[in-house]
Amino acid sequence: MTDESSFLLGRLGWDALPFWDMIQNPTRESIINGIIASGAAGMVVLGALAAAALITWYGKWKVLWCDWLTSVDHKKIGIMFIVIALLMLLRAVIEAAFMRAQQAFGLGGGFLSPEHYGQLFTTHGTIMIFFMAMPFLTGLINFVMPLQIGARDLSFPVLNSVSFGLTAAGAALMMISLVLAPFSTGGWTGYPPFTELQANPGPGVDYWIWGVTLSTLSSTFSGINFAVTIYKKRAPGMTLMRMPLFCWTALCTSILMIFGMPPLTVATGLLALDRYLDFHMFTADLGGNMMNYINLFWAFGHPEVYILILPAFGVFSEVFSTFSGKRLYGYTALVIATMAIAVLSFTVWLHHFFTMGQSAHINAVFGIATMLIGIPTGVKIFDWMLTMYRGRVRLTVPMVYAVGFLILFSIGGLSGIILATPSIDYQIHNSLFLVAHFHNMLIPGLLFGMLAGYTYWFSKAFGFQLDARWGYRAAWSWIVGFMLAFFPLYALGLLGMPRRTVAFFDPVYLPWTIAAGLGALIILYAIVCLMAQLWVSIKRRDALATPGGDPWDGRSLEWDTPSPVPEYNFPVLPQVNSHDAFYRQKCDGAPHESPARYEPITIPKNTAMGVIIGVSGTAVGFGLTWHMWWLALAFSAVALVAMIARGFARNTTWTLDAEAIERQQRAWAHQLEQFEPITRQWEQSEANRGVPVPPNEGAIQ
Amino acid sequence: MRAHESNAQDTQTLDQNTDQNTQAQQRGHDDEDLARERQRDFRSYGWGLFLSLVLTLIPFGVAAFVPLPSIAHWIIIGECAVVQIIVHFRFFLHISFSRNTREDLQLILFTVLIITILAGGTLWILFDLYYRMMPGMAP
Amino acid sequence: MTTHTAGASTRHPGLNLGEPHEEAHSANEELVFGFWVFMMSDFIIFGLLFATYVTMLGGTAGGPGPSDLLEMKGAFIETMLLLASSFTFGMASLSLKYHQGTAKLIGWLVVTLLLGLGFLAHELKDFHTMISEGGYPSRSGYLSAFFSLVPLHGLHVAGACLWMLAIFGQMAVHRIDTQVKTGLTRLAILWHFLDIVWIVIFSLVYLGGLT
Ligand code: HEM
Ligand SMILES: [Cu+2]
Repeated sequence: MTDESSFLLGRLGWDALPFWDMIQNPTRESIINGIIASGAAGMVVLGALAAAALITWYGKWKVLWCDWLTSVDHKKIGIMFIVIALLMLLRAVIEAAFMRAQQAFGLGGGFLSPEHYGQLFTTHGTIMIFFMAMPFLTGLINFVMPLQIGARDLSFPVLNSVSFGLTAAGAALMMISLVLAPFSTGGWTGYPPFTELQANPGPGVDYWIWGVTLSTLSSTFSGINFAVTIYKKRAPGMTLMRMPLFCWTALCTSILMIFGMPPLTVATGLLALDRYLDFHMFTADLGGNMMNYINLFWAFGHPEVYILILPAFGVFSEVFSTFSGKRLYGYTALVIATMAIAVLSFTVWLHHFFTMGQSAHINAVFGIATMLIGIPTGVKIFDWMLTMYRGRVRLTVPMVYAVGFLILFSIGGLSGIILATPSIDYQIHNSLFLVAHFHNMLIPGLLFGMLAGYTYWFSKAFGFQLDARWGYRAAWSWIVGFMLAFFPLYALGLLGMPRRTVAFFDPVYLPWTIAAGLGALIILYAIVCLMAQLWVSIKRRDALATPGGDPWDGRSLEWDTPSPVPEYNFPVLPQVNSHDAFYRQKCDGAPHESPARYEPITIPKNTAMGVIIGVSGTAVGFGLTWHMWWLALAFSAVALVAMIARGFARNTTWTLDAEAIERQQRAWAHQLEQFEPITRQWEQSEANRGVPVPPNEGAIQ
Repeated sequence: MRAHESNAQDTQTLDQNTDQNTQAQQRGHDDEDLARERQRDFRSYGWGLFLSLVLTLIPFGVAAFVPLPSIAHWIIIGECAVVQIIVHFRFFLHISFSRNTREDLQLILFTVLIITILAGGTLWILFDLYYRMMPGMAP
Repeated sequence: MTTHTAGASTRHPGLNLGEPHEEAHSANEELVFGFWVFMMSDFIIFGLLFATYVTMLGGTAGGPGPSDLLEMKGAFIETMLLLASSFTFGMASLSLKYHQGTAKLIGWLVVTLLLGLGFLAHELKDFHTMISEGGYPSRSGYLSAFFSLVPLHGLHVAGACLWMLAIFGQMAVHRIDTQVKTGLTRLAILWHFLDIVWIVIFSLVYLGGLT
């Protein structure tokens, strides 16, 4: 930050460049850290330039604009959400690897400065939660849920595009902060008074506040959109209790988004008022109360962890059922357990600050409430195991993730029960034991769930499968790498090593931190495998194509469509008569029923609203962070005018005529007849064209 | 109350003529139903205004002119507020126990549950903390 | 689900336009429900700010507290303005529903808008007095809590007024078409919702603080 701030650039000066410090006062430490930070910034800049150059080279700007950025199709928006998630996963894992490397060499110092390490765990945590996990699950729900309930789109397609714009804006701020540094060092939780103006006058905390706020707004809107869609847009006959379990988890996650995001908005909003308008909500002096921030943050934070995990539960439910060739065991129990978890998750937030100083009876109440959540979760674990029991289990790639999840997640759950005991928590609070616990929930739970879903539904989105060989390599490396990287942290925590420490001086820790560092290397390899998988699959997309649309002998309605799915999803809205609707059709020998007469379909037109809001969001956040008030004001005005102008728009739909639909459907039906149906044994091979043999000839359940 | 009712009646007769041409477009609708519904709608807002006025005047009046111990004031104010909120939901937002609006009612009740948990929990936790560590913050 | 008595086809909270407005009525089913859910989300924000306000009552840091700054008269006038505007918006909704003519609809809306602006003007005047008496937000935690809660409601009212102006614009261009109708239905819900929030504000902040 420069001392004087100019009208045009606010407080942005040369010192924001990541190599400035290294040039001004070159010491060994500043040079190493400067090189690492500049490397990261260079990658952002070069990556952006390379992407732009490639798009220009292939002449794809128009495609990008017309088919993707301005599209309001829930499938495209879902895919774009997942693209953001994967890019951000890559960045955050690299940051994690740096942290593990630092601690592997950390005895007596290591190579990173405390400031730099602080930025690393803050961006890693913030990105993983708000820009990896949230976009990933939002993207999956976006893509899959309308197909599963037999709808043509979400209830509010334009709002959906705006949600995407807001998330993209937040992610953009995170990336910009690498180039025009620094970011906050306050952790993903941003506790005051450390994040107040007095301790942290720089732009870092402001980047964090606006990045997180944009993401929060996006998730609130997505939650509303999903919940209304599930309530109002189900196909005829699709009663709530006939919905696939993924839709149930999507519904409960949306409810948590609607009611769980506001506390964060309040917390970050009040913190912003403290920082910008000199309020005293959380300051250490003048009647402020920092404890309320912690309270508000976790009133969001705990529902948030269930926002993260429930969709993964949904994916696993689909995966277990499909790859065991059986109906999901205990469907009703799973639904009830999901809802119980959703409600209970609002009653436990204090377990994140048992040690703040409140009376023992309050700790006890929240500790017991926390342990209660273990019950519905246990019910789920048993239901999944019983789904596999006596099924014809196929260990496909999604199933490897699922089985890994089942075992590892149970271990993580048990360490959670330990942490839920206030007296024990006093010992291990803020230690690496906690870090081990929540990664044990988030990686095997959330991340494996998302990756399983990505592998499972990839062909639905693009018309070809993901290569299985690289898929297995990635899945196994994730499992092994996770265990090696995080089980040592349980031990380190019990040995007393605090979290968020840049260096340590007790040699006892060293073997464990080195082991964890090796684990991180295996995780890096897993990431490489995921990239190789994508590359190889794209290269071999013709051989791996599954235009038949049903590569896994699926059970729910999304498999009733061609892959990739046409814009209108279903030529006629399906009539649902039972649970596992599509499987039932196949058992009755009549999948893909074609109607006597096709009707024209109304489709919402593309709009630039999402882009406008996204760009304005980025500019406003950036302007506020660097005190470029003109920028913030100008783009707030742009967003406002755009919203008002949108109110004047009429004729926002177009109609696809019946002949075109009929032609497409005929062509597909014709294709289906040509393909050789395959048994489940060959589902991951190139013989799979997306047409399974009918149930009564193939594997009987 | 009488005043409002007759008011509604007036408006109704006044508009009988203007409605004539639009009624032609109304499919499957007989005039009587519409008239009855209109009357009911008008009455709803009338009742809403009347009750809200009463429920606003009571707490303001009591607070301004009736010397009572604070706690009695707070109980009166709180109760009037709760009733007035229900009045607004019922008469201005037309939430009722009838079958058609059940979803909305459930949503409101769920919201109230969550607010109770979050706001109540906040008060419980923070006042306990004040009591133990920051007695100066407890009012 | 379509029944022939108009009253039975309630599809969403707020005033249902009913069959004479079939297109708007069915479009509203999703739109208004979505908006309603959004309102509930907003309720949580206000609920937490209320709780926060109560916990900050003691944080006056030697500065002025509620009984030194707040004024019953101003709160009463503001309450009356807002309550009246809720009623007049109700009248506007009814003139829309029962086709009582554009003039009448716009008349009621303009009255509502003026009442809303009156509320805002009066509230700003109150804030001005408070600040000139030393009750500014950076003075203490208590005042910060006050100024993060009450003006947020005011900001919502301002937003609602702006939205109404935008709808006037739409009326000028497109007359009273389906989008204008659905817009008005949602704006009505926002308006009544803000009145409900105000009930809690005047009860808790003003009356609670003055007794
Ligand atoms: C992929 C492998 C991962 C590795 C190697 C890893 C490693 C780390 C490390 C070393 C820390 C800092 C611990 C400390 O405080 O000293 C950390 C913190 C954290 N990680 Fe990860 N992580 C990984 C994946 C994830 C995922 C998938 C998520 C969430 C979806 C996540 C969320 C977090 C959060 C929230 C923090 C806390 C940040 C803070 O202290 O404010 N991590 N992780
Ligand atoms: Cu928790």
